[in-house]
Amino acid sequence: MVRTCPFDPPEEYRTLREQEPITPVTLPEGTAGWLVTRYEDVRKILTDPRFSAKRRFARTGDPTADDAPAPPPPPGSFIVMDPPEHTRFRRLLTGQFTVRRMKQLTPAVEQIVTEQLDAMAEAEGPVDLVQAFALPVPSLVICELLGVPYADREEFQWNSATLLRLDASFEEAQAAQQALHGYIRRLAIAKRANPTDDILSDLVRTGELTDDELAGVGALLLLAGHETTANMIALGTMCLLRNPDQLAALRADPALMGGAVEQLLRYLTIVQFGLRRTALEDVDLNGHKIKAGSTVVASLTAGNRDAAHFTGDPEQLDVHRPYGPHLAFGHGIHQCLGQQLARVEMKAALSALLDRFPTLRLAVPVEQVPMRDNMLVYGVRELPVTW
Amino acid sequence: MKIVIDQDRCVGAGQCVLAAADVFDQRDEDGVVVLLDALPPQESQSQVEEAAARCPALAIEVVAE
Ligand code: HEM
Ligand code: SF4
Repeated sequence: MVRTCPFDPPEEYRTLREQEPITPVTLPEGTAGWLVTRYEDVRKILTDPRFSAKRRFARTGDPTADDAPAPPPPPGSFIVMDPPEHTRFRRLLTGQFTVRRMKQLTPAVEQIVTEQLDAMAEAEGPVDLVQAFALPVPSLVICELLGVPYADREEFQWNSATLLRLDASFEEAQAAQQALHGYIRRLAIAKRANPTDDILSDLVRTGELTDDELAGVGALLLLAGHETTANMIALGTMCLLRNPDQLAALRADPALMGGAVEQLLRYLTIVQFGLRRTALEDVDLNGHKIKAGSTVVASLTAGNRDAAHFTGDPEQLDVHRPYGPHLAFGHGIHQCLGQQLARVEMKAALSALLDRFPTLRLAVPVEQVPMRDNMLVYGVRELPVTW
Repeated sequence: MKIVIDQDRCVGAGQCVLAAADVFDQRDEDGVVVLLDALPPQESQSQVEEAAARCPALAIEVVAE
């Protein structure tokens, strides 16, 4: 499936959702699975304990890619765990990411945003918004929160990007995973000796996790914490620039920003290939027989454009629309742990960017903006802008 | 309208707090939902229903009286 517009999912999703909302598919790695495209069904899969989060990722050359059970989760990687293991890790962390904690963090995030914009304003356009702004802001924030030196960013940004590349080979992905793990593991061991004021040190202090588990948790937070938000900031900016009426409405009434962020999350749904789950037993899904062990892909992208669920026209971006629950952060017990942080970051970044550069515009024709078509997290590779 | 929460199910996503801050809060230690008002006034009904609909862990139940 290919996109015909940078902001819209491939057409096939709509056809499938309307005609065959639960459909057998061949997954990119060659095995058989199912694709689910309706909002209600996506929510159903993601809240049904018969569908396990232990899953196989699409990797070319994965020697284990057959009908064997999904591999056991790497230590600490709770995104691919089921309860009670998942609960154990998630509970250790949720206190760090509450709505209140994230609101308290807002001034610090705004400070980081301002510094990046100051630096950007000193350059003469055009600049690449990804490298100058969208990537540094969430990277700086998550580094600060976790206690990871920002100076090491090249290494972790590269490894994270490799893990998110659909065409990374099994070996490449494993090497990147191990590098990221090793890096956080060394850091965690250093914090054991010299704790500082950050999440990694707090986790060390609980005494509940082994070094490998700490490394797994830290690597997950670091990866999930910067790639996603960075892409929402850059793609969100491009989308607003291409929707001048929406941009004007937002500039005229900055109070709309909270709702606009939710709409951008829904409309762009950057976790573009959906969420994988594995059936633990034979499941009858609206008359379809899903066999135990099968992979089911719950399409967030398709579900988030489901006209049967959303009022108004879900194919349109409308910053005035009231916020109904969308699927951009997933659903069920794995729903994004960092979502309140992501909201704070997106609001701060987009508000300040629009404010600071009233004449912000693309510096190249839109067709020349390189898109992240082969990345698990969609977005732009670079975004040349000027003002 | 009466609200019942299931703290064991809660995954601390904070959707309920965003939807109805007068009714729901999160514990500082572990982010688990706490009910500020189990019998909220009728005016907050739609917000509470929104919170229950958004909760990813199905941890909030609204019981009609
Ligand atoms: C706009 C930005 C973001 C988007 C669109 C996003 C999206 C998602 C989605 C769809 C999931 C569900 C995965 C699944 O069920 O398999 C998820 C989980 C997760 N996200 Fe995010 N995320 C964002 C930002 C963040 C940030 C800033 C953090 C920082 C800590 C973060 C940390 C996590 C973690 C740790 C999980 C796993 C939760 C669990 O398994 O219980 N995310 N995210
Ligand atoms: S929305 Fe549900 S899971 Fe999230 S904090 Fe509230 S009760 Fe817990």
